Amino acid sequence: MQTRKKYIFLAFLASWLLLFLFGGDQLRRFPFFSARKAEAPRSWPRWTDRSLLKSFADPEELQRDGDPPLLSPRERRAAWLSIYRSSRCRMETCFDLSRCERNGFKVFTYPLERGQPVSETYSKILSSIERSRYHTARPEEACLFILSIDTLDRDRLSGHYVRDVDEKIRGSPLWNGGRNHLIFNLYSGTWPSYAGELGFDTGHAILARASSDSRTFRPGFDVSIPLFPREHPQRGGDGGWLRQDSLPPKKKFLLVFKGKRYLTGIGSGTRNALHHIHNGKDIISLTTCKHGKDWEKHKDTRCDKDNVDYERFDYQELLHNSTFCIVPRGRRLGSFRFLEALQAACIPVLLSDGWELPFSEAIDWGKAAVVGSERLLLQIPSAVRCIHPERVLAFQQQTQFLWDAYFSSVDKIVHTTLEIIKDRLSPHRSRSRFLWNALPGGLLVLPDFSTHLRDFPFYYLHHGYSPSKKFTAFIRAVTQAGSLSQPILRLIQAVSGSQYCAQIVVLWSCEKPPPPSGKWPQSSVPLTIIQGRRKLSDRFFPFGAIQTDAVLSLDEDTSLSTSEVDFAFSVWLSFPERIVGFPTQSHFWDAEQGRWGYTSKWTNELSIVLTAAAFYHRYYHSLFTEYLPAGLRELVDGLAACEDILMNVLVAAVTKLPPIKVTQRKQHKEGVAQRAECGDGAAGTPPAGQRSPSAPRPAPAGAEGTEGSRRFSQRQDCLNQLAEWFGYMPLVPSQLRLDPVLFKDQVSVLRKKYPSLEKP
Amino acid sequence: IMCASAKYNTRGPALIPRMKTKHRIYYITLFSIVLLGLIATGMFQFWPHSIESSSDWTVEKRSVHDVPVVKLPADSPIPERGDLSCRMHTCFDVYRCGFNPKNKIKVYIYSLKKYVDEYGTLVSNTISREYNELLTAISDSEFYTDDVNRACLFVPSIDVLNQNALRIKETAQALAQLSRWDRGTNHLLFNMLPGGPPDYNTALDVPRDRALLAGGGFSTWTYRQGYDVSIPVYSPLSGEVDLPERGPGPRRYFILSSQMALHPEYRLELEALQAENGESVLVLDKCTNLSDGVPAVRKRCYKNQVFDYPQVLQESTFCVVLRGARLGQAVLSDVLQAGCVPVIIADSYILPFSEVLDWKRASVVIPEEKMPEMYSILQSIPQRQIEEMQRQARWFWEAYFRSMKAIALATLQIINDRIYPYAAISYEEWNDPPAVKWSSVSNPLFLPLIPPQSQGFTAVVLTYDRVESLFRVITEVSKVPSLSKLLVVWNNQNKNPPEDSLWPKIRVPLKVVRTAENKLSNRFFPYDEIETEAVLAIDDDIIMLTSDELQFGYEVWREFPDRLVGYPGRLHLWDHEMNKWKYESEWTNEVSMVLTGAAFYHKYFNYLYTYKMPGDIKNWVDAHMNCEDIAMNFLVANVTGKSVIKVTPRKKFKCPECTAIDGLSLDQTHMVERSECINKFASVFGTMPLKVVEHRADPVLYKDDFPEKLKSFPNIGSL
Repeated sequence: MQTRKKYIFLAFLASWLLLFLFGGDQLRRFPFFSARKAEAPRSWPRWTDRSLLKSFADPEELQRDGDPPLLSPRERRAAWLSIYRSSRCRMETCFDLSRCERNGFKVFTYPLERGQPVSETYSKILSSIERSRYHTARPEEACLFILSIDTLDRDRLSGHYVRDVDEKIRGSPLWNGGRNHLIFNLYSGTWPSYAGELGFDTGHAILARASSDSRTFRPGFDVSIPLFPREHPQRGGDGGWLRQDSLPPKKKFLLVFKGKRYLTGIGSGTRNALHHIHNGKDIISLTTCKHGKDWEKHKDTRCDKDNVDYERFDYQELLHNSTFCIVPRGRRLGSFRFLEALQAACIPVLLSDGWELPFSEAIDWGKAAVVGSERLLLQIPSAVRCIHPERVLAFQQQTQFLWDAYFSSVDKIVHTTLEIIKDRLSPHRSRSRFLWNALPGGLLVLPDFSTHLRDFPFYYLHHGYSPSKKFTAFIRAVTQAGSLSQPILRLIQAVSGSQYCAQIVVLWSCEKPPPPSGKWPQSSVPLTIIQGRRKLSDRFFPFGAIQTDAVLSLDEDTSLSTSEVDFAFSVWLSFPERIVGFPTQSHFWDAEQGRWGYTSKWTNELSIVLTAAAFYHRYYHSLFTEYLPAGLRELVDGLAACEDILMNVLVAAVTKLPPIKVTQRKQHKEGVAQRAECGDGAAGTPPAGQRSPSAPRPAPAGAEGTEGSRRFSQRQDCLNQLAEWFGYMPLVPSQLRLDPVLFKDQVSVLRKKYPSLEKP
Repeated sequence: IMCASAKYNTRGPALIPRMKTKHRIYYITLFSIVLLGLIATGMFQFWPHSIESSSDWTVEKRSVHDVPVVKLPADSPIPERGDLSCRMHTCFDVYRCGFNPKNKIKVYIYSLKKYVDEYGTLVSNTISREYNELLTAISDSEFYTDDVNRACLFVPSIDVLNQNALRIKETAQALAQLSRWDRGTNHLLFNMLPGGPPDYNTALDVPRDRALLAGGGFSTWTYRQGYDVSIPVYSPLSGEVDLPERGPGPRRYFILSSQMALHPEYRLELEALQAENGESVLVLDKCTNLSDGVPAVRKRCYKNQVFDYPQVLQESTFCVVLRGARLGQAVLSDVLQAGCVPVIIADSYILPFSEVLDWKRASVVIPEEKMPEMYSILQSIPQRQIEEMQRQARWFWEAYFRSMKAIALATLQIINDRIYPYAAISYEEWNDPPAVKWSSVSNPLFLPLIPPQSQGFTAVVLTYDRVESLFRVITEVSKVPSLSKLLVVWNNQNKNPPEDSLWPKIRVPLKVVRTAENKLSNRFFPYDEIETEAVLAIDDDIIMLTSDELQFGYEVWREFPDRLVGYPGRLHLWDHEMNKWKYESEWTNEVSMVLTGAAFYHKYFNYLYTYKMPGDIKNWVDAHMNCEDIAMNFLVANVTGKSVIKVTPRKKFKCPECTAIDGLSLDQTHMVERSECINKFASVFGTMPLKVVEHRADPVLYKDDFPEKLKSFPNIGSL
């Protein structure tokens, strides 16, 4: 068998060669060959006089730039205002920037009127805005206005359609022709054209709408939002479904679609063709005609067979098991499918020509989706097959990042909309496209803090930076005593002994004024004293005095040695986006009580690092103070001993990673019981429920003693309230501790860099 | 259809079985090629002589004056005006572009003609120097085709760069008579100076129907997003003046305005700024009393002081680019070239290549209304960021502004990316300057995922013939709770692995793969049998690791899935005497590598090792039978920018260099060889990617005074 084939093959080869050798002479004379050979490819001629050609414009003309225009800039801008209105609105013509200058970016929501029907989704949107840090209750200081009239569903045939919107709006004294208004809309237009009309005059208002058409979308003015279902969670939201990074993608299917096929009307062109790419193996594309009341009227020959196939696969199962998901247009351009695919890490293959993708102003969809063309449906299978496995994995991860950063809850969708608008108001203080498209996402990056990547803890690796090699020790003092306590003196000494310490900042959170500068110990590093406002959240205020990337947060009664500080700082340099510290605690799900439990016991896990002794990036001070809504900080100020949990929750929500514990010598707090309190209980820090390490107790450390148990239960309450605020439990447990490389190894102490850490 | 992408070979490195079918496929393909060849050769006999006459191309030495003249009748058709609602999906014919493995559009250039009206008067200058350069660049690029039938995009040779140099109606007629005009579908026009007095429209006024416009002064109202391309206004000074890149550091002026034709209103505002802020602001104007022969365009004046232009731009940190009659200004190019950060004050202006370039990294955009606040706005930008913006500005100029070629290619690439979005150039490739591309890392496992514990790990044991020790390793490793599969890579071709019945009975599947050659790189092959993300690479003589230690190692890997997590750590050091890197296995306080004799890592790195290892490292390792672990450490550190994680205290390991610790003879040659590896790899990578750290990972309660039985991993560090 083999040999015979070989002979046949050789014979073919030989005859082919012969043909070429003998017939070649003739062949070469054919124009096909000769044309190619003689002058292929015919390129643009190299003109002999090309150097003599005149320039397209002489330099004078370029620099003069024509005659001075007749209109002065001011007149031109005034003229624009009258020309570029409604469908040609831009921020500079339809938005009153001056409103935002006085009080910053403040958003006002119209009060709900009695008897006004508001859909569940719209009330979620409204409450997202009210929960936002930009919300204001006073219209006179607002920069942006949101109607209380539900404008989400503007399909006249729908039950949620609100009538007479025009009249209602015009009745409002704040409307002002729609200037500085933001109108949310999910459904517009109606059968049969779905042309996108809203059924009322939006005037100068910005539209945040789903299914935006790129031809009517006003760039830099409107915001395209995704279509999301009624059940979309208010906050938190489910995570993405990608649990592992596998290469090549280990999914059963390559490309799937399961949905309606429109037999007639708009959108039917694409939907009607989808069945062509179905191959029954790795490409599953199933359509059904069964939808609407009169589907049988339009039914064609495929329908019956299709309907049978359709039932054989489950939509959710396909979503879970496919690498790519086709997201075709429906009657409108956007569909629920888009977010579903995004969450499922099923890379969306968009077949929706002219759709202005959600948040396209900020999000680089080329990294997370394949933007196909409706006209080239048949090329899609080959195109997606050709995408490199590494690229597929990158796509998958990006879908998950985007889902989690901007889409998983109504809060995120609404806040992203607001941030995009806010960024336009001062272009020089806005997020670059990079920031929107890299972890942890634009919402968590405050351009008011800095617009420079190097000032954030997240981008060191992206641009080959590293954090500055110095830290600021930040000590919170609450003692009543007129003179300085022993522990704080020792602490200042130990910390200033570190070669990495750039400065010491003491936050004096006491009514009594701090001791005069002469009373403070002399140290080699500068020491600054800040008078605090006696609020617990004060400790994370972004004080201008903190100049280094790293902050070493300390309580006055914390006891640390210089080498502990040095070692912890060297660890922090490797993990600048995390909290790196000494004493730790952990959380757990208490199934019996159906709530989160908190423990300061000795456990094999940790998820909270106490900020009584921890390194973190100074950006987290800004995030804590500026990003978190005021309500959350008030909560923390009200509860004793919650602020460090909030800080841990915040950092975990940003990084999705656990904090890091480093080796500690025992004894971390001194004189816990004897410490004098300053002020009342709420403002001060009650004695720490820190266990005495010599006798580890299995019970919650503070369980005995009323003060201790009050504190313990408050911390537990705090944890549960924070989980409620965030909509999920951001804390992530860790099972490890970082020790010096030779920690407790059987080797001479002289060899060790941090021998003192091993002393009992 | 063929893919441009090389598919990964998902089978083993020439594993012994599964060969027959392959051969058959080869033969069948070969046969079909031969058959096709025969048919094709036959077909040529009847090939129609349809190739267009190419006589006018053949002449090598020709002058622009010799090109054929085309007379346009007065009543010849005029295209419709541009359609503002055009988008790629409505006005562009994608079918012309088709699917091709290279994902490259084909661009055809019409041959050059001279157009005259009925009376023989020229319609426009035949071609400008810049447009000729642009067409030459396209013709030399890989986008070019000379076959009008295969083209996806058509570029007329009619020069419309400057609207003032042409007659609008007649130029439109010339466009309409192009052989493939078809309402301008898939035609691309380049225009830098649109509009004319008095209104100065922001897009070319020549009626052009559906043609795409690469325009130099779009406003948001004329720019069709996703259809048109916004290009710079080329500054011919770029070619004439050589401004070497200036390093970062303070410059003499903070803000500089160098434009000559400013509206008096703007000038007043600038002068107010100057009055307020003194010498750090410099507002230049044209010179009034220059001696003859001095080109006015190369000088600027402030009172009686004369400055050289564009050199003066290098003296300033920020340079104002104000709109003039037109939105697009050639000065932007000069400013970028000088590494001066442009302050763009031109409401509604679409910045050049804004579809792909992130201008926030290279410029400051200030709304016209906020011009009086310019000084304070600019002052609020930190110095480090300014330096970066300066570098970025210069890079934008070098990559996208410096020549007509750069402008042409960037334009075509943008259109190409729209047509083949799945092969588009990424944000980073467009925007990162080479220095950033070089020093930055893009971690392929960037999503912070903690893999589920239930997934477990696959242990891969590379073995040659030490069966007894191998079996002990298998037995030990199988005790680890999270082990999900054990893969033995049998690297000995001369000997068969023991019979099935002899292998230890373990609770997880055990697979043996046989390799075709005894290569170290077989250890890092991405075998299909590895179904978990986590891989434990373990030597066949590592029997001293306890089950707790291995399980803990896996838990640590779950928290750091993008790193190498291993047991014995090593260090690289700079040897000042020898001026090169040195390998260190002593008891050090630092680690920068872990040995892969016992290490967890992500399966992804197996792909990288096998298919993406730079240079000849892989072959070098196989040839020298050493340093595969160092190569892996380099690879992972280079791609992630992160350090390794060493877990648990030091133990005695049976590896050649560890004997040193035992006080036995030091294997000098081995150490020298390992040092050589580091130097070799550092030169191949062009950098030293390894990161030195001072920490290792232990269980939370390691060595704490706490009942052992309550600890998750009590058995750590015992010998």
